[in-house]
Amino acid sequence: MRLVATTVIALRALRRNKMRSVLTALGMIIGVGAVIALVSIGNGAKLQVEASVASLGQNVISVYPGSVSTSGARGGWGSASTLTPDDALAIQREIAGVVAVSPETRDRAQVLANGLNWNTTVFGESPDFTSIRAWDLSEGAMFTEADVRSAAKIAVIGQTIADQVFPGSAPVGQTLRIRNIPFKVVGVLRSKGFNYFGTDQDDAVIVPYTSAMRRIARRTTVNTLLIQALAPEQMFRIQQETTDLLQQRRAGRDPDFTVRNQLELAQVATANARNMTALLGAIASVSLIVGGIGIMNIMLVSVTERTREIGIRLAIGAHDHDIRLQFLLEAMVLSLMGGALGILLGVGASQLVAQLNGWPTLVSMPAVIGAFLFSGAVGILFGFYPAHKAAQLDPIEALRFE
Amino acid sequence: MPPVVQLQDIHRIYANGEVQVHAVRGISLDIHKGEFIAIMGASGSGKSTLMNTLGCLDRPTGGRYLLDGVDVSNLGRNERANIRNQKLGFVFQGFNLLARTSALENVELPMLYAPRRISSQEMRERAMHALEIVGLARRHDHLPNQLSGGQQQRVAIARALVNRPQILLADEPTGNLDSKTSVEVMGVFQKLNDEGITIVMVTHELDIAHYCKRNLIVRDGVIVRDELVKDRLIAGEELLKLHQAEAAAKLTAASP
Repeated sequence: MRLVATTVIALRALRRNKMRSVLTALGMIIGVGAVIALVSIGNGAKLQVEASVASLGQNVISVYPGSVSTSGARGGWGSASTLTPDDALAIQREIAGVVAVSPETRDRAQVLANGLNWNTTVFGESPDFTSIRAWDLSEGAMFTEADVRSAAKIAVIGQTIADQVFPGSAPVGQTLRIRNIPFKVVGVLRSKGFNYFGTDQDDAVIVPYTSAMRRIARRTTVNTLLIQALAPEQMFRIQQETTDLLQQRRAGRDPDFTVRNQLELAQVATANARNMTALLGAIASVSLIVGGIGIMNIMLVSVTERTREIGIRLAIGAHDHDIRLQFLLEAMVLSLMGGALGILLGVGASQLVAQLNGWPTLVSMPAVIGAFLFSGAVGILFGFYPAHKAAQLDPIEALRFE
Repeated sequence: MPPVVQLQDIHRIYANGEVQVHAVRGISLDIHKGEFIAIMGASGSGKSTLMNTLGCLDRPTGGRYLLDGVDVSNLGRNERANIRNQKLGFVFQGFNLLARTSALENVELPMLYAPRRISSQEMRERAMHALEIVGLARRHDHLPNQLSGGQQQRVAIARALVNRPQILLADEPTGNLDSKTSVEVMGVFQKLNDEGITIVMVTHELDIAHYCKRNLIVRDGVIVRDELVKDRLIAGEELLKLHQAEAAAKLTAASP
């Protein structure tokens, strides 16, 4: 095969018909561009979901109370409330690979300062809370173990509380009354915004769990035990050992707690996002195929329009396969050129979406390479029939064609 | 020296469904190197079929065709394409240049389909040389629509020459040209023939046939007359006469 010569011929033919070439490639440009842009947006959404899940904390295992039945009425999750700070201490002491534990209490409470009040959730936590939830302070410092031991009346507040109750002044050092008990604000948490479930994470006041239990809510049990594992690989083992340990501490009673693993939630959330990306990619692939059919259409029209040219080529010595290769190369060059321009368009479009809508986008390299290869394959697939048709022409008939 | 072309009892029957058309009914013909032949005949006489057979575009249904001593009557599609590329040069009535393609690239085209790869430098040199022969080297970068009919036909002749063929085949080469341009193109053919190139052309114009050396007349698929041209016209002299006539006409028009 005269590959070099035929490539020259095909490129010359494309150059002679610039307008037609550009129009033909347009379908491919839009198709590849759409695939890359939509997959980028989908990937961005997936990243956002992952970030949102990560904001719940890193490598976190949670223990929730189970249900109890009272006179035949089953109480639902949380009705058992048998989790205690001692359970937390036992877990930290006895299970390897646990780096932090926080017995968490949650109570709704009215808070008040400077004549402004706000209804919020008061969390009782251990100082490990900031590490477990991967949450830094923007001002001040977290309370300490000593504060927990003394059930100190000090609090760390979320950004929403700072905005609502201490507008225009620095909250650290001021007094916040929780259910009318004065607490000293020692720190403000960095703003985290809304979580995956639509809750404002900054609408919170954090106090030592001992203070919450003895001074605010007068309770002996906690709502949740938060456990942080050293590494993700250990989470399933720690989950199992926690279950065993708590069961052992409740010798003989039916299990009244459940142990959840954050990875499970993360897996569901990212699987949803991944499905969405795949769906977007599939929709965009349809436009790639439509683009390929567009190329086939134009090539078929082109074969008819160029019948005489094909006749001349055959008359002066072109073989069947020279003509076939020429039209195939033309289709491939068009679709690959369209693919390359489509990559630019897709990357540009996803940048533009990121700029205009503030959506995060992530251009995925497999999508770029896949779309480009696919455009080449479409060129061969949809270029073959017109090329074959052109190669079958009879030179005498073709030369007579008007 | 053996003839370049030997046709031995050539038949060509077109089977159009039920009807059979016997376009060529037994033509035998020898063409020697350096001949300049005009094939004439009414439409439907079989002259185009004869030409397509000579050009290896069509295969005879009967008889033998020896080109340069080789039997080409039973070659396959691609083998005939190689023969057309290497041993034959075509000039068509409608010029058949590629549109939006420079004269030079048009002339390079047959070399792109040569069985042996030719370097782009050699292609350019040979194409320029062929354009020089037809006197169009200075217009090598012109597109067909920037050239007159006569110039386009000369580009087509350069294209036919570029692979140094055994025979130049021309199908009504002056059919789309005015009489003066026709004489100019015949002048190009005569010059090439003087340099030893064998030319076979189809025409229905008697005066054009008079520029050739030998005339064949085809009727109903057979050659009915085969004669040498006695009072042959020389294009150079005819052009001179035309110029003088034009000048005289101008003088007459200019005088009050």
